[in-house]
This record gives sequence, C-alpha cells and structure tokens, in this order.
Amino acid sequence: MLHTVNKSPFERVSLDSCLRFAKPKDAILLYEDGVYGALAGTRFESTMTEALKKFRIYVMVPDVEARGMKVDRVMAGIQPVDYAGFVGLVEENCPVQAWL
Amino acid sequence: MKFSVLVNEGPYQHQASDSAYQFTKAALEKGHEIFRVFFYHDGVNNGTRLTVPPQDDRNIVNRWSELSKQYNLDLVVCIAAAQRRGILDVNEAKRQGKDSNNLADGFRISGLGQLIEAGIQAERMVVFGD
Repeated sequence: MLHTVNKSPFERVSLDSCLRFAKPKDAILLYEDGVYGALAGTRFESTMTEALKKFRIYVMVPDVEARGMKVDRVMAGIQPVDYAGFVGLVEENCPVQAWL
Repeated sequence: MKFSVLVNEGPYQHQASDSAYQFTKAALEKGHEIFRVFFYHDGVNNGTRLTVPPQDDRNIVNRWSELSKQYNLDLVVCIAAAQRRGILDVNEAKRQGKDSNNLADGFRISGLGQLIEAGIQAERMVVFGD
C-alpha cells in the first residue's frame, strides 16, 4: 500500500494519522508541503526515525527544491524520488491512500 | 497500467492541481494509460477557459487542455460541483438560461457515475487535493 502525505506535520496531523494507521512495510510518499516532515534536525525527526524502522519512506525532490532547500537536508534513510518515481511507487503499491 | 486521477482542489490554490498534472504527465510519458481525470469540488475550477494568469506564470487550465489534446485524455468535470461554481458548457448554459459558457477545450461535464467508473476501470486511483 502507498500512502501520500501532502501537508507539513507542523501544520496538520495528516502525517501523524498516516503513521498511526499504516501497516509495516507500507510505502509513504511525502510531497508538496509534506516534504517538511522529511527534513533532518526538526522536532519531528525522532518520530520519523521510528517510522523508518517500519515503513519505506520517500520524499519528492522537486518539492524540496521548490521550497529553496537541497536534498541533503533530508534525513538519511528517506529515499528521494521525482514524478517518474512517484508513478513507479503507484505501479508497485496497491491501493494508494491520500491523507488529505 | 491503467490509472485514474481525482483532482479535488482548484488551480492556483495550493499545489494539488500542479501535482496532479505532473503526475498525469509523468505516467503518460512512462507509457501508462490514464483512464480518466475527474475534477470534483473546487477542482472543477481547473476547467474554466476564462482564466488569464500573468504571462510569466503557468497556465494550469491550458496545460490540461494541451495534455488532453496530445494524449486524448478524458477530463471530466463533476456537473453538480461545476454548476455551483459557475462552470458551464454550451448545453448546460442553454439549459440553465445563462448568457455564456466557459468550459475549456478537452474537458467535458458529467456526473459522479464517471468517478465511480474511473475507480472500477482503473487499476490505481490517485487522489490530489487539500
């Protein structure tokens, strides 16, 4: 299963909800403002470190860069993807759940 | 693989219609089939041809129309959501006694049955919104 999260965890609880309901080995894509949840050095980092033990987590690089950051700000273990990579995640995982 | 896309957010609001467009384009370029893109709620505003964004900004509506032309994409606007927001095609304008219509090229107006069908026919349904 693929979960998509498009809002910052500092703004909404959608990433928290996603992490609570996702099953081990599910894939989670952080895109749009959701990329803020993937950054190293935030107060959300420990939550994501725990999440990385259970889930495959991906971050949308064009959305990181559109927010003036380089991909080296992203936590180790979170895998960078582009739109083609997003399409690939949708191919590989069924169903796709958007946490809106 | 056969995908359907649901867009629940209007253009120039946050990023959902941009993401939906980029995803749809990337899927088509990878050789996938997009069974349908369904525009619901404020997403119907992606279908008005009267938008005039500044010249140095992307034209979200035209971009959908061009993608539709290039790949013969089925862009469906929810009729009830569209009527509430003043999105009308030629027939609907006539039926409602309005003096004009504004549905962009490549879009068509239909009902929620088309969303259900998109969910049934496609192997994946990807939702974009707020």
